[in-house]
Amino acid sequence: MSTPSKPETRTISVDYLARVEGEGSLKARVRDGKVEITEFGIFEPPRFYEAFLRGRRFGDAPDITARICGICPIAYQMSSVHAMEDILGVRMDGALRELRRLIYCGEWIESHVLHAFMLHLPDFLGYQSAIHMAADHRDAVEKALRLKKIGNDIVALLGGREIHPVNVKVGGWYKVPTKKQLEEMVPNLEWALDAATWAVEFTAGLPFPEVEQDYEYVSVCHPDEYPYNEGRLVSNKGIDVPASEWNQVFEEVHVARSNALQSKVRDRGSYHVGPLARYSLNFEKLSPRVQRLAAAVGLGPTCFNPFKSIVVRCLETVHAVEEALRLIDTYERPTRPDVPLVVKAGEGHGATEAPRGMLYHRYRLDDEGYILDAQIAPPTAQSQMSIEDDLRVVLEASLDLPDDDLQWRLEQTVRNYDPCISCATHFLKVEIDRG
Amino acid sequence: MAKPKLGVFKFASCDGCQLSLLDCEDELLAVADAVHIAFFPEASREYIEGPYDLTLVEGSITTPHDLEAIKKIRADSKFLVTIGACATAGGIQALRNWKDVTEFTSYVYAHPEYISTLETSTPVSDHIPVDFELRGCPINKWQLVELVNALLHARKPNIPTYSVCVECKRRGTSCVMVAQGIPCLGPVTQAGCDAICPAYDRGCYGCFGPMESPNVTALAEWWRSVGVDDRTLVNALRGFNAYAEPFREASDVYAQQA
Repeated sequence: MSTPSKPETRTISVDYLARVEGEGSLKARVRDGKVEITEFGIFEPPRFYEAFLRGRRFGDAPDITARICGICPIAYQMSSVHAMEDILGVRMDGALRELRRLIYCGEWIESHVLHAFMLHLPDFLGYQSAIHMAADHRDAVEKALRLKKIGNDIVALLGGREIHPVNVKVGGWYKVPTKKQLEEMVPNLEWALDAATWAVEFTAGLPFPEVEQDYEYVSVCHPDEYPYNEGRLVSNKGIDVPASEWNQVFEEVHVARSNALQSKVRDRGSYHVGPLARYSLNFEKLSPRVQRLAAAVGLGPTCFNPFKSIVVRCLETVHAVEEALRLIDTYERPTRPDVPLVVKAGEGHGATEAPRGMLYHRYRLDDEGYILDAQIAPPTAQSQMSIEDDLRVVLEASLDLPDDDLQWRLEQTVRNYDPCISCATHFLKVEIDRG
Repeated sequence: MAKPKLGVFKFASCDGCQLSLLDCEDELLAVADAVHIAFFPEASREYIEGPYDLTLVEGSITTPHDLEAIKKIRADSKFLVTIGACATAGGIQALRNWKDVTEFTSYVYAHPEYISTLETSTPVSDHIPVDFELRGCPINKWQLVELVNALLHARKPNIPTYSVCVECKRRGTSCVMVAQGIPCLGPVTQAGCDAICPAYDRGCYGCFGPMESPNVTALAEWWRSVGVDDRTLVNALRGFNAYAEPFREASDVYAQQA
């Protein structure tokens, strides 16, 4: 005969939330099987980017904001240059625009494969890390590393190096590549197309917890393209505005014990940015190959299971490889690497799709082009309330698990978002009060 | 013989320097065969306590908590290497050192009272003895591999302290400042990046910090001669290695004149 468990406080402590960038903590209270999250905190030390950008010149923004995140520097460079170009009244067209799309493809491949295989897959297969996993799955790890490297090769060729590339500037590029330089990447990209397809099939066969959430998905949406650099902010619950209206639709709130601001839809609440949101809002703009592949592995045109984000990352990797091949095929080297700029005062906005979701920048410049005011809403901060919602649901469904397994499952739940915790300032220390 | 134990720790930073290890796609598994990755939370859940034979520290010291944590890490480490501009010079977040951090906190956060931070962002070597520094924003992954390799073979790492100019010459890049009048920090910046910026038709912006014995004043006069105003000069010196002494001191001089 079982006896009712005594009231007790069960504390599960994780001193680092591994395989994400940064630090966070989770405290939850359980009463009658219902979970209340009492704290989901971020411990990453504040770096004050928005404050020290004031007084820097507009051209410094892509180099400085890249340093917010070592995994997705291109995203910061892209959102910042688009916001500055919005103020200066220039638009990127033709090859200059296509090259920006190409470097973003490189970052998506590199970042998605890093996350899916090195950081997230070990959770599904029960390994502490990809290095532990390599003991039993050496071929898969080696293949993933080669695929990741091909993404990095694109970033390094166009940007000068993989991390904090130097070639992106407001108004275009410092130097543009020759067609031949780009074509040298084609054989590797053709291999990558097969490898990324294998990655989709491999990850689609993993065991997924049955969790579906009624997310408000938000992404950049473009009439003709799967979103990278350009488009309106759109949700599945009625948002459809230009990036300049970010602050009318969303607000940043500062919760106690946190060094990160978290964003919410005004008067509504949590929302979700990232691969699942992009996929579910833009499915018909994925290439026919990716759409067929999704159907073949049993994924519909929308997906609301956060654990399946790993499959969607791999699908987006296939898309990015195909897109890179197309961009290289049609590339004609522009006669100059940039467009002329005339400095003026004003306010501008940029929203682009970082691998982990929409990244919004806003700047105000004086008439000499110095920054007066800066606002940066990183994707992890935008998804943070959604992560908290998921933790509540997963915790409620998993209360029977032993402490170690429960902690691991909660970490995996956070890792579903590929959180770039340094960018949103952020490690998981879990404490559960079971009453 | 037991494999040397590696620990990777982080303070205020972007994670890019430790990511450089994961970016060694062709070498990562070989490195993992040669050293025991005992603590590396960006890559692994495993936590094996120190002492560590090699400790890599990324990030600058910016909170009261960091001040205590770094001392414990030092006590747990045989050979401690700081990696990157944040750990070796305070990073871009050291720009606060010239400003009022209270104003910074209230500018960024709605509830400054929730934020615990120091007034300055400082390099790790301001607080504990450091055995070696790898420069760069980010570090060069080949220098990291060289460092690990040198340590495994008990030899001195081959990390040059001359200027970026040497790398430009070796790479065959024409001097962007002489030939195109583009202001460049290369003559006072330590090599290590392989002189990327000039190869992409832009001036070096100093990510590897000051070279050994730089003549910053002489370079500043060159910048003025190609038409750079003092405000731009000060901003250039106050970049990712702003708080490294030669850049800091020169920037203070020109800030007074600006």
